[in-house]
Amino acid sequence: MAEHQGSHTQPVGAGKWWDDRLPIARGVKQLILDYPTPKNLNYWWTFGSILGAMLIVQIATGLALSMHYVPNAGLAFDSVEMIRRDVNGGRLVQAVHSVGASMFFLALYIHLARGMYYGSFKAPREALWLLGCTIFVLAIGTAFFGYVLPWGQMSYWAATVITNIFAAIPVVGEPIMEWLRGGFAVDNPTLNRFFSFHYLLPFVIGGIVVLHIWALHVPGNNNPTGVEVRSSRDTISFSPYYLAKDLFAVVVFLIPVAWLAFFAPDILGHADNFIPADPLVTPPEIVPEWYFLPFYAILRAIDFPIWFIDSKLLGVIIFGASIVVLFFLPWLDRSRTRSGRYRPLFRVFFWIFVVDFLMLMYLGSRLPEGIYVTLAKLGVLYYFVYFLIILPLLSRYETPRPLPASISESVLPPARS
Amino acid sequence: MGTIGAVLGGVWPLINQLNPDASVLALSTVDFDLTPLQEGQSVTIKWRGQPVFVTYRTQKQIDEAKAVNLADLRDPQTDADRTKPGHEQYLIQIGICTHLGCIPHGPGEGEFDGWFCPCHGSQYDSAGRIRKGPAPRNLVIPPYRFTGDKAITIG
Repeated sequence: MAEHQGSHTQPVGAGKWWDDRLPIARGVKQLILDYPTPKNLNYWWTFGSILGAMLIVQIATGLALSMHYVPNAGLAFDSVEMIRRDVNGGRLVQAVHSVGASMFFLALYIHLARGMYYGSFKAPREALWLLGCTIFVLAIGTAFFGYVLPWGQMSYWAATVITNIFAAIPVVGEPIMEWLRGGFAVDNPTLNRFFSFHYLLPFVIGGIVVLHIWALHVPGNNNPTGVEVRSSRDTISFSPYYLAKDLFAVVVFLIPVAWLAFFAPDILGHADNFIPADPLVTPPEIVPEWYFLPFYAILRAIDFPIWFIDSKLLGVIIFGASIVVLFFLPWLDRSRTRSGRYRPLFRVFFWIFVVDFLMLMYLGSRLPEGIYVTLAKLGVLYYFVYFLIILPLLSRYETPRPLPASISESVLPPARS
Repeated sequence: MGTIGAVLGGVWPLINQLNPDASVLALSTVDFDLTPLQEGQSVTIKWRGQPVFVTYRTQKQIDEAKAVNLADLRDPQTDADRTKPGHEQYLIQIGICTHLGCIPHGPGEGEFDGWFCPCHGSQYDSAGRIRKGPAPRNLVIPPYRFTGDKAITIG
Protein backbone atom coordinates (compact mmCIF):
# COMPACT_ATOMS: atom_id res chain seq x y z
CA MET A 1 0.00 0.00 0.00
CA ALA A 2 3.01 2.24 0.50
CA GLU A 3 3.18 3.07 -3.19
CA HIS A 4 -0.30 4.57 -3.05
CA GLN A 5 0.46 7.10 -0.33
CA GLY A 6 2.11 9.39 -2.83
CA SER A 7 -1.18 9.95 -4.63
CA HIS A 8 -2.49 12.03 -1.73
CA THR A 9 -2.10 15.72 -2.46
CA GLN A 10 -1.09 17.86 0.49
CA PRO A 11 -4.08 19.81 1.84
CA VAL A 12 -3.93 23.56 2.37
CA GLY A 13 -5.89 26.06 4.48
CA ALA A 14 -8.78 24.64 6.49
CA GLY A 15 -8.07 21.19 5.09
CA LYS A 16 -4.52 21.31 6.46
CA TRP A 17 -5.77 22.64 9.80
CA TRP A 18 -8.01 19.60 10.18
CA ASP A 19 -5.46 17.20 8.72
CA ASP A 20 -2.92 18.21 11.36
CA ARG A 21 -5.45 17.56 14.14
CA LEU A 22 -7.75 14.77 12.93
CA PRO A 23 -6.54 13.30 9.61
CA ILE A 24 -9.87 11.67 8.83
CA ALA A 25 -9.99 12.76 5.18
CA ARG A 26 -6.48 11.40 4.64
CA GLY A 27 -7.47 8.16 6.34
CA VAL A 28 -10.52 7.73 4.12
CA LYS A 29 -8.44 8.47 1.03
CA GLN A 30 -5.56 6.15 1.90
CA LEU A 31 -7.52 3.29 3.44
CA ILE A 32 -10.68 3.27 1.34
CA LEU A 33 -10.48 5.31 -1.86
CA ASP A 34 -6.92 4.29 -2.80
CA TYR A 35 -7.32 0.72 -1.51
CA PRO A 36 -5.68 -1.49 -4.16
CA THR A 37 -8.32 -3.94 -5.39
CA PRO A 38 -7.77 -6.91 -7.72
CA LYS A 39 -8.77 -5.81 -11.20
CA ASN A 40 -10.67 -8.99 -12.08
CA LEU A 41 -13.50 -8.91 -9.50
CA ASN A 42 -16.84 -9.95 -10.99
CA TYR A 43 -20.34 -8.85 -9.99
CA TRP A 44 -20.58 -11.47 -7.23
CA TRP A 45 -18.09 -9.21 -5.39
CA THR A 46 -20.53 -6.29 -5.30
CA PHE A 47 -22.74 -7.88 -2.64
CA GLY A 48 -20.52 -6.65 0.19
CA SER A 49 -21.28 -3.06 -0.76
CA ILE A 50 -24.93 -3.96 -1.34
CA LEU A 51 -25.12 -5.37 2.20
CA GLY A 52 -23.49 -2.25 3.60
CA ALA A 53 -26.04 -0.09 1.78
CA MET A 54 -28.93 -2.28 2.95
CA LEU A 55 -27.71 -2.09 6.56
CA ILE A 56 -27.83 1.70 6.33
CA VAL A 57 -31.33 1.54 4.81
CA GLN A 58 -32.50 -0.76 7.61
CA ILE A 59 -31.04 1.41 10.38
CA ALA A 60 -32.46 4.62 8.86
CA THR A 61 -35.97 3.23 8.33
CA GLY A 62 -35.85 1.41 11.68
CA LEU A 63 -34.99 4.63 13.46
CA ALA A 64 -38.01 6.31 11.86
CA LEU A 65 -40.31 3.39 12.76
CA SER A 66 -39.14 3.38 16.39
CA MET A 67 -40.45 6.93 16.73
CA HIS A 68 -44.01 5.68 16.19
CA TYR A 69 -43.95 2.06 17.31
CA VAL A 70 -45.14 1.16 20.84
CA PRO A 71 -43.49 -1.96 22.35
CA ASN A 72 -46.46 -2.92 24.50
CA ALA A 73 -48.46 -6.13 24.07
CA GLY A 74 -51.73 -4.19 24.14
CA LEU A 75 -50.69 -1.48 21.69
CA ALA A 76 -47.99 -2.91 19.42
CA PHE A 77 -50.27 -4.36 16.74
CA ASP A 78 -52.34 -1.18 16.47
CA SER A 79 -49.26 1.02 16.45
CA VAL A 80 -47.89 -0.83 13.40
CA GLU A 81 -51.24 -0.43 11.65
CA MET A 82 -51.20 3.24 12.63
CA ILE A 83 -47.74 3.60 11.09
CA ARG A 84 -49.04 2.04 7.88
CA ARG A 85 -52.19 4.19 7.70
CA ASP A 86 -51.72 7.44 9.59
CA VAL A 87 -48.04 8.34 9.84
CA ASN A 88 -46.87 10.57 6.98
CA GLY A 89 -45.14 8.28 4.51
CA GLY A 90 -45.32 5.53 7.13
CA ARG A 91 -46.62 2.97 4.66
CA LEU A 92 -43.47 3.31 2.63
CA VAL A 93 -41.06 3.39 5.57
CA GLN A 94 -42.61 0.26 7.07
CA ALA A 95 -42.66 -1.48 3.69
CA VAL A 96 -39.02 -0.66 2.93
CA HIS A 97 -38.01 -1.92 6.38
CA SER A 98 -39.79 -5.27 6.12
CA VAL A 99 -38.94 -5.83 2.44
CA GLY A 100 -35.41 -4.61 3.18
CA ALA A 101 -34.95 -7.35 5.80
CA SER A 102 -35.86 -9.98 3.22
CA MET A 103 -33.57 -8.51 0.59
CA PHE A 104 -30.76 -8.17 3.15
CA PHE A 105 -30.86 -11.93 3.59
CA LEU A 106 -30.94 -12.50 -0.17
CA ALA A 107 -27.75 -10.47 -0.49
CA LEU A 108 -26.28 -12.18 2.58
CA TYR A 109 -26.82 -15.66 1.15
CA ILE A 110 -25.28 -14.66 -2.19
CA HIS A 111 -22.33 -13.05 -0.37
CA LEU A 112 -21.82 -16.23 1.70
CA ALA A 113 -22.09 -18.50 -1.35
CA ARG A 114 -19.55 -16.37 -3.23
CA GLY A 115 -17.11 -16.74 -0.34
CA MET A 116 -17.69 -20.50 -0.26
CA TYR A 117 -17.23 -20.93 -4.01
CA TYR A 118 -14.15 -18.79 -4.47
CA GLY A 119 -12.51 -19.92 -1.22
CA SER A 120 -12.49 -16.44 0.27
CA PHE A 121 -12.43 -17.95 3.77
CA LYS A 122 -9.02 -19.63 3.30
CA ALA A 123 -5.74 -18.44 4.82
CA PRO A 124 -4.97 -15.63 5.39
CA ARG A 125 -8.66 -14.59 5.49
CA GLU A 126 -10.01 -16.78 8.33
CA ALA A 127 -10.65 -13.81 10.64
CA LEU A 128 -12.57 -12.10 7.85
CA TRP A 129 -14.73 -15.22 7.45
CA LEU A 130 -15.33 -15.68 11.18
CA LEU A 131 -16.44 -12.05 11.51
CA GLY A 132 -18.75 -12.54 8.53
CA CYS A 133 -20.31 -15.63 10.12
CA THR A 134 -20.77 -13.63 13.34
CA ILE A 135 -22.61 -10.96 11.36
CA PHE A 136 -24.80 -13.71 9.85
CA VAL A 137 -25.75 -15.02 13.31
CA LEU A 138 -26.47 -11.50 14.59
CA ALA A 139 -28.56 -10.77 11.49
CA ILE A 140 -30.62 -13.92 12.15
CA GLY A 141 -31.24 -12.72 15.71
CA THR A 142 -32.08 -9.20 14.61
CA ALA A 143 -34.54 -10.41 11.96
CA PHE A 144 -36.22 -12.74 14.43
CA PHE A 145 -36.61 -10.03 17.09
CA GLY A 146 -37.93 -7.65 14.46
CA TYR A 147 -40.45 -10.17 13.18
CA VAL A 148 -41.96 -10.45 16.67
CA LEU A 149 -42.54 -6.70 17.05
CA PRO A 150 -45.77 -6.32 14.94
CA TRP A 151 -47.32 -8.72 17.49
CA GLY A 152 -49.54 -10.54 15.02
CA GLN A 153 -50.29 -14.24 15.26
CA MET A 154 -47.16 -15.26 13.34
CA SER A 155 -45.05 -12.90 15.46
CA TYR A 156 -46.41 -14.35 18.68
CA TRP A 157 -46.10 -17.99 17.68
CA ALA A 158 -42.66 -17.50 16.18
CA ALA A 159 -41.57 -16.13 19.56
CA THR A 160 -43.24 -19.07 21.31
CA VAL A 161 -41.74 -21.78 19.11
CA ILE A 162 -38.23 -20.27 19.08
CA THR A 163 -38.07 -19.70 22.85
CA ASN A 164 -39.47 -23.21 23.24
CA ILE A 165 -36.37 -24.53 21.47
CA PHE A 166 -34.36 -23.71 24.60
CA ALA A 167 -36.72 -25.84 26.71
CA ALA A 168 -35.22 -28.84 24.90
CA ILE A 169 -32.01 -28.44 26.93
CA PRO A 170 -32.05 -31.07 29.69
CA VAL A 171 -32.65 -29.95 33.31
CA VAL A 172 -32.01 -26.20 32.92
CA GLY A 173 -34.14 -25.81 29.78
CA GLU A 174 -37.39 -24.69 31.44
CA PRO A 175 -35.79 -22.01 33.68
CA ILE A 176 -33.81 -20.72 30.69
CA MET A 177 -36.99 -20.49 28.62
CA GLU A 178 -38.79 -18.58 31.40
CA TRP A 179 -35.75 -16.33 31.78
CA LEU A 180 -35.77 -15.56 28.04
CA ARG A 181 -39.52 -14.87 28.05
CA GLY A 182 -39.62 -13.01 31.34
CA GLY A 183 -42.71 -15.06 32.13
CA PHE A 184 -44.19 -18.50 31.78
CA ALA A 185 -45.57 -17.66 28.36
CA VAL A 186 -44.57 -15.10 25.73
CA ASP A 187 -46.11 -11.82 26.85
CA ASN A 188 -45.44 -8.12 27.35
CA PRO A 189 -42.01 -8.56 29.04
CA THR A 190 -40.93 -10.67 26.05
CA LEU A 191 -42.04 -8.03 23.57
CA ASN A 192 -40.26 -5.28 25.51
CA ARG A 193 -36.90 -7.02 25.62
CA PHE A 194 -37.17 -8.14 21.99
CA PHE A 195 -37.68 -4.51 20.99
CA SER A 196 -34.63 -3.53 23.04
CA PHE A 197 -32.48 -6.20 21.37
CA HIS A 198 -33.85 -5.37 17.94
CA TYR A 199 -32.70 -1.78 18.46
CA LEU A 200 -29.30 -2.77 19.86
CA LEU A 201 -28.15 -5.53 17.51
CA PRO A 202 -27.93 -3.54 14.24
CA PHE A 203 -25.37 -1.27 15.90
CA VAL A 204 -23.42 -4.30 17.10
CA ILE A 205 -23.57 -5.55 13.50
CA GLY A 206 -22.31 -2.14 12.36
CA GLY A 207 -19.35 -2.44 14.73
CA ILE A 208 -18.49 -5.91 13.49
CA VAL A 209 -18.84 -4.72 9.90
CA VAL A 210 -16.04 -2.24 10.64
CA LEU A 211 -13.87 -5.12 11.91
CA HIS A 212 -14.95 -7.20 8.88
CA ILE A 213 -13.76 -4.47 6.49
CA TRP A 214 -10.58 -4.03 8.51
CA ALA A 215 -9.92 -7.77 8.30
CA LEU A 216 -10.56 -7.50 4.54
CA HIS A 217 -8.08 -4.70 4.06
CA VAL A 218 -5.20 -6.45 5.84
CA PRO A 219 -4.78 -9.35 3.36
CA GLY A 220 -6.73 -7.55 0.59
CA ASN A 221 -9.55 -8.96 -1.54
CA ASN A 222 -9.65 -12.49 -2.77
CA ASN A 223 -10.59 -12.64 -6.47
CA PRO A 224 -12.18 -15.07 -8.95
CA THR A 225 -8.86 -16.80 -9.70
CA GLY A 226 -7.98 -17.19 -6.02
CA VAL A 227 -4.40 -16.22 -6.96
CA GLU A 228 -2.92 -13.60 -4.62
CA VAL A 229 -2.02 -10.16 -5.92
CA ARG A 230 1.57 -10.33 -7.16
CA SER A 231 2.24 -6.76 -8.27
CA SER A 232 0.54 -3.39 -8.65
CA ARG A 233 -0.30 -4.46 -12.22
CA ASP A 234 -2.87 -6.84 -10.73
CA THR A 235 -4.79 -4.09 -8.94
CA ILE A 236 -6.70 -0.90 -9.53
CA SER A 237 -7.72 1.60 -6.86
CA PHE A 238 -11.12 1.18 -5.24
CA SER A 239 -12.08 4.73 -6.25
CA PRO A 240 -13.31 5.47 -8.81
CA TYR A 241 -13.41 2.01 -10.41
CA TYR A 242 -15.03 -0.25 -7.82
CA LEU A 243 -16.80 2.63 -6.12
CA ALA A 244 -18.71 3.30 -9.34
CA LYS A 245 -19.28 -0.38 -10.05
CA ASP A 246 -20.54 -1.08 -6.53
CA LEU A 247 -22.84 1.96 -6.59
CA PHE A 248 -24.24 0.74 -9.89
CA ALA A 249 -24.84 -2.71 -8.36
CA VAL A 250 -26.53 -1.12 -5.33
CA VAL A 251 -28.89 0.80 -7.63
CA VAL A 252 -29.74 -2.35 -9.60
CA PHE A 253 -30.33 -4.25 -6.37
CA LEU A 254 -32.61 -1.49 -5.06
CA ILE A 255 -34.93 -1.87 -8.08
CA PRO A 256 -36.61 -5.07 -6.82
CA VAL A 257 -36.53 -3.63 -3.27
CA ALA A 258 -38.42 -0.58 -4.51
CA TRP A 259 -40.80 -2.63 -6.62
CA LEU A 260 -41.74 -4.82 -3.66
CA ALA A 261 -42.03 -1.88 -1.27
CA PHE A 262 -44.20 0.11 -3.68
CA PHE A 263 -46.43 -2.56 -5.15
CA ALA A 264 -46.33 -5.71 -3.01
CA PRO A 265 -45.09 -4.82 0.49
CA ASP A 266 -46.72 -7.85 2.12
CA ILE A 267 -46.18 -10.47 -0.56
CA LEU A 268 -43.19 -11.97 1.27
CA GLY A 269 -45.05 -12.12 4.58
CA HIS A 270 -47.84 -14.27 5.94
CA ALA A 271 -51.53 -13.31 6.04
CA ASP A 272 -51.91 -14.62 9.60
CA ASN A 273 -49.70 -11.84 10.88
CA PHE A 274 -52.57 -9.42 10.28
CA ILE A 275 -54.48 -11.16 13.08
CA PRO A 276 -53.50 -9.71 16.48
CA ALA A 277 -51.51 -12.06 18.74
CA ASP A 278 -53.74 -14.52 20.60
CA PRO A 279 -52.01 -16.70 23.23
CA LEU A 280 -54.92 -19.17 23.21
CA VAL A 281 -55.14 -19.91 19.47
CA THR A 282 -52.37 -21.36 17.35
CA PRO A 283 -52.57 -20.61 13.61
CA PRO A 284 -53.22 -23.72 11.50
CA GLU A 285 -49.63 -23.74 10.29
CA ILE A 286 -46.59 -21.85 11.49
CA VAL A 287 -44.13 -20.91 8.77
CA PRO A 288 -41.17 -18.53 9.13
CA GLU A 289 -40.12 -15.91 6.59
CA TRP A 290 -38.61 -17.43 3.44
CA TYR A 291 -35.02 -16.74 4.49
CA PHE A 292 -35.31 -18.98 7.55
CA LEU A 293 -37.08 -21.83 5.74
CA PRO A 294 -33.95 -23.98 5.11
CA PHE A 295 -33.07 -23.94 8.80
CA TYR A 296 -36.70 -24.49 9.78
CA ALA A 297 -36.73 -27.55 7.50
CA ILE A 298 -33.59 -28.82 9.22
CA LEU A 299 -35.22 -28.35 12.65
CA ARG A 300 -38.34 -30.24 11.59
CA ALA A 301 -36.61 -33.01 9.66
CA ILE A 302 -35.23 -34.52 12.86
CA ASP A 303 -38.23 -36.44 14.22
CA PHE A 304 -36.31 -39.43 15.57
CA PRO A 305 -34.25 -39.93 18.74
CA ILE A 306 -30.64 -41.10 18.73
CA TRP A 307 -29.38 -43.01 21.74
CA PHE A 308 -30.48 -41.07 24.86
CA ILE A 309 -31.14 -37.77 23.03
CA ASP A 310 -34.85 -37.31 22.36
CA SER A 311 -36.12 -36.11 18.98
CA LYS A 312 -36.78 -32.54 20.11
CA LEU A 313 -33.31 -31.97 21.59
CA LEU A 314 -31.65 -33.68 18.61
CA GLY A 315 -33.55 -31.42 16.21
CA VAL A 316 -32.32 -28.38 18.12
CA ILE A 317 -28.72 -29.65 18.16
CA ILE A 318 -28.71 -30.34 14.41
CA PHE A 319 -30.38 -26.98 13.75
CA GLY A 320 -27.67 -25.17 15.74
CA ALA A 321 -24.92 -27.24 14.15
CA SER A 322 -26.10 -26.28 10.66
CA ILE A 323 -25.07 -22.68 11.41
CA VAL A 324 -22.06 -23.39 13.66
CA VAL A 325 -20.50 -25.58 10.95
CA LEU A 326 -20.03 -22.47 8.79
CA PHE A 327 -17.51 -21.11 11.33
CA PHE A 328 -15.33 -24.20 10.80
CA LEU A 329 -15.27 -23.98 7.01
CA PRO A 330 -11.64 -22.70 6.82
CA TRP A 331 -10.53 -25.88 8.59
CA LEU A 332 -12.82 -28.24 6.68
CA ASP A 333 -11.99 -27.12 3.13
CA ARG A 334 -8.18 -27.17 3.19
CA SER A 335 -7.56 -27.38 -0.53
CA ARG A 336 -4.62 -25.16 -1.44
CA THR A 337 -6.46 -24.03 -4.57
CA ARG A 338 -8.82 -21.32 -3.38
CA SER A 339 -11.13 -20.74 -6.29
CA GLY A 340 -13.80 -23.25 -7.31
CA ARG A 341 -13.04 -22.20 -10.88
CA TYR A 342 -10.00 -24.49 -10.87
CA ARG A 343 -11.55 -27.35 -8.89
CA PRO A 344 -13.62 -29.54 -11.25
CA LEU A 345 -15.01 -31.91 -8.59
CA PHE A 346 -15.61 -29.25 -5.95
CA ARG A 347 -17.76 -27.29 -8.40
CA VAL A 348 -20.13 -30.21 -8.86
CA PHE A 349 -20.59 -30.77 -5.13
CA PHE A 350 -20.89 -27.03 -4.49
CA TRP A 351 -23.75 -26.63 -6.95
CA ILE A 352 -25.47 -29.71 -5.52
CA PHE A 353 -25.15 -27.98 -2.15
CA VAL A 354 -26.81 -24.85 -3.53
CA VAL A 355 -29.67 -26.94 -4.96
CA ASP A 356 -29.89 -28.81 -1.64
CA PHE A 357 -30.20 -25.48 0.24
CA LEU A 358 -32.96 -24.31 -2.12
CA MET A 359 -34.73 -27.67 -1.79
CA LEU A 360 -34.67 -27.34 2.01
CA MET A 361 -36.07 -23.84 1.60
CA TYR A 362 -38.99 -25.25 -0.41
CA LEU A 363 -39.53 -28.13 2.03
CA GLY A 364 -39.59 -25.73 4.98
CA SER A 365 -42.68 -24.14 3.45
CA ARG A 366 -44.50 -27.48 3.04
CA LEU A 367 -46.37 -29.43 5.70
CA PRO A 368 -44.13 -32.20 7.06
CA GLU A 369 -45.87 -35.21 5.58
CA GLY A 370 -45.30 -37.97 3.03
CA ILE A 371 -42.42 -37.56 0.58
CA TYR A 372 -41.50 -34.12 2.00
CA VAL A 373 -40.28 -35.68 5.25
CA THR A 374 -37.98 -38.10 3.43
CA LEU A 375 -36.66 -35.38 1.12
CA ALA A 376 -35.99 -33.09 4.08
CA LYS A 377 -33.99 -35.84 5.81
CA LEU A 378 -31.95 -36.42 2.65
CA GLY A 379 -31.45 -32.67 2.37
CA VAL A 380 -30.12 -32.43 5.93
CA LEU A 381 -27.89 -35.44 5.33
CA TYR A 382 -26.29 -33.86 2.26
CA TYR A 383 -25.91 -30.51 4.05
CA PHE A 384 -23.69 -32.09 6.69
CA VAL A 385 -22.00 -34.65 4.43
CA TYR A 386 -20.93 -31.74 2.19
CA PHE A 387 -19.24 -29.86 5.02
CA LEU A 388 -17.93 -32.70 7.15
CA ILE A 389 -17.00 -35.39 4.63
CA ILE A 390 -16.93 -34.15 1.03
CA LEU A 391 -14.92 -30.95 1.62
CA PRO A 392 -12.17 -32.57 3.75
CA LEU A 393 -11.87 -35.49 1.29
CA LEU A 394 -11.79 -33.25 -1.77
CA SER A 395 -9.04 -31.18 -0.14
CA ARG A 396 -6.88 -34.30 -0.10
CA TYR A 397 -7.79 -36.21 -3.23
CA GLU A 398 -8.95 -33.70 -5.84
CA THR A 399 -6.50 -32.71 -8.59
CA PRO A 400 -7.07 -29.05 -9.34
CA ARG A 401 -6.54 -27.53 -12.76
CA PRO A 402 -3.37 -25.44 -13.22
CA LEU A 403 -3.61 -21.91 -11.87
CA PRO A 404 -2.71 -18.81 -13.89
CA ALA A 405 0.62 -17.29 -12.91
CA SER A 406 -1.04 -14.04 -11.95
CA ILE A 407 -4.32 -12.14 -12.02
CA SER A 408 -3.12 -10.16 -15.02
CA GLU A 409 -2.33 -13.31 -16.97
CA SER A 410 -5.81 -14.68 -16.30
CA VAL A 411 -7.56 -11.64 -17.76
CA LEU A 412 -5.13 -10.65 -20.52
CA PRO A 413 -4.21 -13.06 -23.30
CA PRO A 414 -0.51 -13.99 -23.12
CA ALA A 415 1.62 -12.03 -25.57
CA ARG A 416 2.38 -14.13 -28.65
CA SER A 417 6.02 -14.27 -29.62
CA MET B 1 -11.17 -14.34 43.20
CA GLY B 2 -12.48 -11.16 44.78
CA THR B 3 -12.52 -9.45 41.42
CA ILE B 4 -14.43 -12.33 39.86
CA GLY B 5 -16.92 -12.17 42.72
CA ALA B 6 -17.36 -8.44 42.27
CA VAL B 7 -17.89 -8.80 38.52
CA LEU B 8 -20.39 -11.63 38.97
CA GLY B 9 -22.15 -9.65 41.69
CA GLY B 10 -22.43 -6.71 39.36
CA VAL B 11 -23.55 -8.74 36.36
CA TRP B 12 -26.07 -10.95 38.15
CA PRO B 13 -28.70 -8.23 38.69
CA LEU B 14 -28.51 -7.44 34.98
CA ILE B 15 -29.19 -11.10 34.17
CA ASN B 16 -31.75 -11.64 36.90
CA GLN B 17 -33.86 -8.66 35.85
CA LEU B 18 -34.86 -10.70 32.80
CA ASN B 19 -36.52 -13.37 34.98
CA PRO B 20 -40.33 -13.33 35.49
CA ASP B 21 -41.15 -10.29 37.65
CA ALA B 22 -43.35 -10.05 40.74
CA SER B 23 -46.50 -9.17 38.80
CA VAL B 24 -46.06 -12.26 36.62
CA LEU B 25 -45.39 -14.47 39.64
CA ALA B 26 -48.44 -13.00 41.43
CA LEU B 27 -50.66 -14.68 38.82
CA SER B 28 -49.22 -18.08 39.73
CA THR B 29 -52.44 -19.48 41.26
CA VAL B 30 -55.88 -19.54 39.73
CA ASP B 31 -59.15 -20.73 41.31
CA PHE B 32 -61.73 -22.39 39.09
CA ASP B 33 -65.30 -23.48 39.83
CA LEU B 34 -66.19 -26.72 38.04
CA THR B 35 -69.97 -26.52 38.73
CA PRO B 36 -71.06 -25.10 35.35
CA LEU B 37 -69.03 -27.65 33.43
CA GLN B 38 -71.22 -30.43 31.96
CA GLU B 39 -70.18 -33.95 31.07
CA GLY B 40 -68.38 -33.97 27.72
CA GLN B 41 -67.53 -30.27 27.93
CA SER B 42 -64.08 -28.76 27.97
CA VAL B 43 -63.00 -25.20 28.69
CA THR B 44 -59.68 -23.44 28.27
CA ILE B 45 -58.63 -21.16 31.09
CA LYS B 46 -55.48 -19.10 31.48
CA TRP B 47 -52.88 -19.89 34.13
CA ARG B 48 -49.52 -18.10 34.15
CA GLY B 49 -50.39 -16.81 30.68
CA GLN B 50 -50.70 -20.34 29.38
CA PRO B 51 -53.86 -22.19 28.32
CA VAL B 52 -55.12 -24.91 30.66
CA PHE B 53 -57.63 -27.47 29.35
CA VAL B 54 -60.25 -28.36 31.98
CA THR B 55 -62.19 -31.33 30.62
CA TYR B 56 -65.19 -33.18 32.10
CA ARG B 57 -64.66 -36.50 30.36
CA THR B 58 -67.46 -38.87 29.30
CA GLN B 59 -67.49 -42.40 30.70
CA LYS B 60 -66.53 -43.64 27.23
CA GLN B 61 -63.43 -41.45 27.17
CA ILE B 62 -62.40 -42.63 30.63
CA ASP B 63 -62.89 -46.28 29.67
CA GLU B 64 -60.87 -45.80 26.48
CA ALA B 65 -58.03 -44.22 28.44
CA LYS B 66 -58.02 -47.06 30.98
CA ALA B 67 -58.09 -49.80 28.34
CA VAL B 68 -54.75 -48.74 26.82
CA ASN B 69 -51.80 -51.09 27.21
CA LEU B 70 -49.00 -49.11 28.91
CA ALA B 71 -46.38 -50.84 26.77
CA ASP B 72 -47.82 -49.05 23.72
CA LEU B 73 -47.13 -45.62 25.19
CA ARG B 74 -44.16 -43.39 24.40
CA ASP B 75 -44.40 -41.70 27.81
CA PRO B 76 -46.04 -44.41 29.96
CA GLN B 77 -48.56 -43.10 32.52
CA THR B 78 -51.78 -44.69 33.73
CA ASP B 79 -55.04 -42.76 33.58
CA ALA B 80 -54.98 -42.64 37.40
CA ASP B 81 -51.53 -40.97 37.28
CA ARG B 82 -53.08 -38.09 35.37
CA THR B 83 -56.19 -37.45 37.47
CA LYS B 84 -57.02 -37.08 41.16
CA PRO B 85 -58.60 -40.06 42.97
CA GLY B 86 -62.38 -39.69 43.18
CA HIS B 87 -62.32 -36.98 40.49
CA GLU B 88 -61.23 -39.04 37.53
CA GLN B 89 -63.85 -37.48 35.26
CA TYR B 90 -61.92 -34.20 35.41
CA LEU B 91 -58.77 -34.01 33.35
CA ILE B 92 -56.76 -30.84 33.93
CA GLN B 93 -53.71 -30.27 31.74
CA ILE B 94 -51.60 -27.50 30.25
CA GLY B 95 -52.86 -27.06 26.70
CA ILE B 96 -49.46 -26.77 25.07
CA CYS B 97 -48.09 -29.38 22.72
CA THR B 98 -44.88 -30.80 24.18
CA HIS B 99 -43.26 -30.62 20.75
CA LEU B 100 -42.87 -26.92 19.96
CA GLY B 101 -45.55 -25.21 22.00
CA CYS B 102 -48.61 -25.00 19.75
CA ILE B 103 -52.12 -25.42 21.17
CA PRO B 104 -53.77 -28.73 20.22
CA HIS B 105 -57.43 -29.04 19.20
CA GLY B 106 -59.74 -31.22 21.31
CA PRO B 107 -61.06 -33.16 23.10
CA GLY B 108 -62.57 -35.75 20.80
CA GLU B 109 -60.07 -35.02 18.02
CA GLY B 110 -57.58 -37.23 16.20
CA GLU B 111 -57.40 -41.00 16.01
CA PHE B 112 -57.42 -41.46 19.79
CA ASP B 113 -60.51 -39.44 20.79
CA GLY B 114 -58.30 -36.84 22.44
CA TRP B 115 -56.24 -33.89 21.20
CA PHE B 116 -54.67 -33.19 17.83
CA CYS B 117 -51.93 -30.61 17.26
CA PRO B 118 -52.33 -28.85 13.89
CA CYS B 119 -48.72 -27.70 13.69
CA HIS B 120 -46.86 -30.96 13.27
CA GLY B 121 -49.55 -33.58 13.68
CA SER B 122 -48.99 -34.87 17.23
CA GLN B 123 -51.94 -36.88 18.55
CA TYR B 124 -52.92 -37.31 22.20
CA ASP B 125 -55.48 -39.76 23.62
CA SER B 126 -58.44 -39.08 25.93
CA ALA B 127 -56.05 -38.92 28.90
CA GLY B 128 -53.79 -36.42 27.08
CA ARG B 129 -51.03 -38.98 26.50
CA ILE B 130 -48.89 -38.74 23.38
CA ARG B 131 -49.73 -41.52 20.95
CA LYS B 132 -48.49 -40.44 17.53
CA GLY B 133 -46.39 -37.67 15.92
CA PRO B 134 -43.22 -35.80 16.87
CA ALA B 135 -44.06 -34.69 20.44
CA PRO B 136 -41.87 -36.45 23.03
CA ARG B 137 -44.11 -36.32 26.13
CA ASN B 138 -47.72 -36.35 27.38
CA LEU B 139 -49.54 -33.06 27.87
CA VAL B 140 -48.27 -31.61 31.16
CA ILE B 141 -50.48 -31.85 34.25
CA PRO B 142 -50.16 -28.58 36.21
CA PRO B 143 -49.92 -28.70 40.01
CA TYR B 144 -53.52 -28.37 41.32
CA ARG B 145 -55.70 -29.54 44.19
CA PHE B 146 -59.41 -29.88 44.86
CA THR B 147 -60.52 -27.26 47.36
CA GLY B 148 -64.10 -28.61 47.31
CA ASP B 149 -66.02 -31.29 45.47
CA LYS B 150 -66.32 -29.05 42.42
CA ALA B 151 -63.63 -26.42 42.94
CA ILE B 152 -59.93 -26.47 42.11
CA THR B 153 -56.91 -24.28 42.69
CA ILE B 154 -54.25 -24.47 40.01
CA GLY B 155 -50.66 -23.58 40.94
